[in-house]
Amino acid sequence: MIDFEMTPDQEATVKAAHDIAVQDLRPVSRYYDEHEHEMADDYARKMWLKPGAGFGVSGLMSIEEFCWGDAGIWLTNPGSQLGGAAIQMSGTQEQRVRFLSRFGEGEPKWGAMAMTEPGCGSDTSAIQTTAVRDGNEWVLNGEKIFITGGKRAAEIPGGLVLVWATVDKSAGRAGMKPFVVEAGTPGMKVEKVEKKLGIRASDTAAISFTDCRIPYDNIIGRPEVKKQEPNAAEGRGGFRGAMATFDATRPITAASALGVGRAALDFVKEELEKQGIKPRYELPRTKLSALERDLMDMEANYKAAKMLVLRAGWLMSQFQPNNLEASMAKSKAGLAVTKITQKAVEIMGPLGYSRNYLLEKWMRDGKINDIFEGTGQINLLIVARRILGFSREQLK
Amino acid sequence: MISFSPSEEQQMIINMMRQFATDEMRKIYRQCDETGTIPGDIIKKAWEMGIIASIVPQNCGGAGEERSAVTGALLVEELAWGDLSIALEIMSPMLVAVPLIFNGTNEQKQRYLSEFCDPNPPKVTSALIEPRFNFDPNELHTKAELKDGYYLLNGHKCFVPLAAESNTLLVYASENGTTQAFIVGKDTRGLKINEREKNMGIKALPTYEIMLENCRIPKDQRLGSENGCDFGVILNASKVALAAMAVGVARASYEYARDYAKQRYAFGEPIASRQAIAFMLAEMAIEIDATRLMVWEAAWKLDKKQDATKEASLVKFYADDMVMAITDRAIQVLGGHGYIREHPVELWFRNARGFATLDGIAMV
Repeated sequence: MIDFEMTPDQEATVKAAHDIAVQDLRPVSRYYDEHEHEMADDYARKMWLKPGAGFGVSGLMSIEEFCWGDAGIWLTNPGSQLGGAAIQMSGTQEQRVRFLSRFGEGEPKWGAMAMTEPGCGSDTSAIQTTAVRDGNEWVLNGEKIFITGGKRAAEIPGGLVLVWATVDKSAGRAGMKPFVVEAGTPGMKVEKVEKKLGIRASDTAAISFTDCRIPYDNIIGRPEVKKQEPNAAEGRGGFRGAMATFDATRPITAASALGVGRAALDFVKEELEKQGIKPRYELPRTKLSALERDLMDMEANYKAAKMLVLRAGWLMSQFQPNNLEASMAKSKAGLAVTKITQKAVEIMGPLGYSRNYLLEKWMRDGKINDIFEGTGQINLLIVARRILGFSREQLK
Repeated sequence: MISFSPSEEQQMIINMMRQFATDEMRKIYRQCDETGTIPGDIIKKAWEMGIIASIVPQNCGGAGEERSAVTGALLVEELAWGDLSIALEIMSPMLVAVPLIFNGTNEQKQRYLSEFCDPNPPKVTSALIEPRFNFDPNELHTKAELKDGYYLLNGHKCFVPLAAESNTLLVYASENGTTQAFIVGKDTRGLKINEREKNMGIKALPTYEIMLENCRIPKDQRLGSENGCDFGVILNASKVALAAMAVGVARASYEYARDYAKQRYAFGEPIASRQAIAFMLAEMAIEIDATRLMVWEAAWKLDKKQDATKEASLVKFYADDMVMAITDRAIQVLGGHGYIREHPVELWFRNARGFATLDGIAMV
């Protein structure tokens, strides 16, 4: 039954997120933008041990609310984050307990995932970081960059970094495996924290691994290399596992984009309303002012993206495949937030460009959603392959 | 509970319509466009499926199934995928049925909806659009004036589908600045149906300009009689219907371009193997899905009897642009072949341009 009614529970979840956005994020939003890399400790303590709303519809709607508040600070929510997602999805029961139970007790802790390297971004199968077995240990060597929350995860006690490394370069994707490296492990070093266009509250780290030794049991999924993975279930710990994680995380990134886009949209509409300008939705196109057309275009694009995000989350909550729909949502939402925030700055003129308001910040923040978790183009490529039924070789 | 899954019954209707569109509409649509005619038997066949008549209330002799804009949107997307002209003619009885169900008095429903239970489709239509660039359904130039217990209608309408063969026309006119609807019989003195229009697209559907000159309409022939009608709701139902049809036309173009790109070779491989083509197709697929889901939400809101003005207007606004862009891209994927009438994409491109103009020409 096609339905858009939220349950009272969902409404309460989303409202709680919105309240936090209003009370705890908006007031400090500008501060943490201008004090890059400073930790929002109060917020972290407040969010610690709060149960998440999950990957379904209300989870995504809550994320939209948080990011309406501040997308950068939201990224610093304590918890296992992307590192945890892979352990949850592909780890053994023992590993889930060993690595994840800590995120439900004690002091705030962070997890992170290290995939990208200086020489490879979207082409994740080309990673150079190696893991070599030495008795009861793995020895990691390599360099990882663009690790969201990487500094916290690598340095604050109890944190962990999920590192993708290859156990057999000649095996390509099949040789890729995820390894858990505990915070403070010798050989793991935070080389630098990036200075960014936006989402400045979130630390984006470069981490090097030099003869970094971890216990043998810290490999997630099976250690053996299957040259041809016969099915997704068997290969879950490997490359396919990484890709399956994206089916869950892409709608999240897309929901974050919605939040930033709506923040800009709400701001513009409120400011214009103060000037007595309200979009007249019911008018025919030829009678709309240029400004009204812009507003309707922004609002419709937001709506279009939102519908795709909700569908991707709904499929996930139904345990149905959502690979295509997740990429559709991510691609559309990343582009929508980019366009909406840019147009919003343009419409508000000097108010839009001024750092006295948050609009210019949202334009900088929003752009990341068109890039991380797969650029807009990578997601188009995934959509294109799926709709055409083409392999990687047929559509490069 | 938020859900994107059509009910079993809705899925059945989708399948049935898709079958009909494939087996019947797609066999003749090009010929219909070239000759400007739609064979009567395809309209009758569609009517006999009974979907439209099912919403006629029981006390008017119908099945009395609840009218659902969501179900209607699912249905018209499939029909418009088959062919927009034929779909508009099949759905034309809704132009009168929906406003009657919304706002008709019991007497009006009894009188005009009972015809909907006949084995042949009722000969009815509605007249909203007026021939000028800044046409606004909420500020009609056609006027209705109450005088001596009668309404006098004066004005000029265009794009009235099937006017020449209709017995009853629902004519929209401005009464003291508010849009109201009037049930006008074909023999009313002062009603003149001009020659059939020649349009850029939707050529198979016969449409007409009509003139109203001091047409005297009994007072109780105003839709809703004393209460009148809530035109905003009627317009919203039309916007949702047309946006759903735009999704159907866009999907037809996209699917054709996708299949073409897979079998057309250049430089030793299918052109779909090039990102320049593949990305166009991916963007088309994304926009079609997004628009469809927006249509569903607006339709759902209509069914909840909430004010859907914003949702309906936004999705119509979006769908008008979307369908034009996508039918254009489909021609582009086919290149020179897209320009040739042996392929259907030019037809869909011409039809697509109509959506921004055609308010009120379909209802769900």
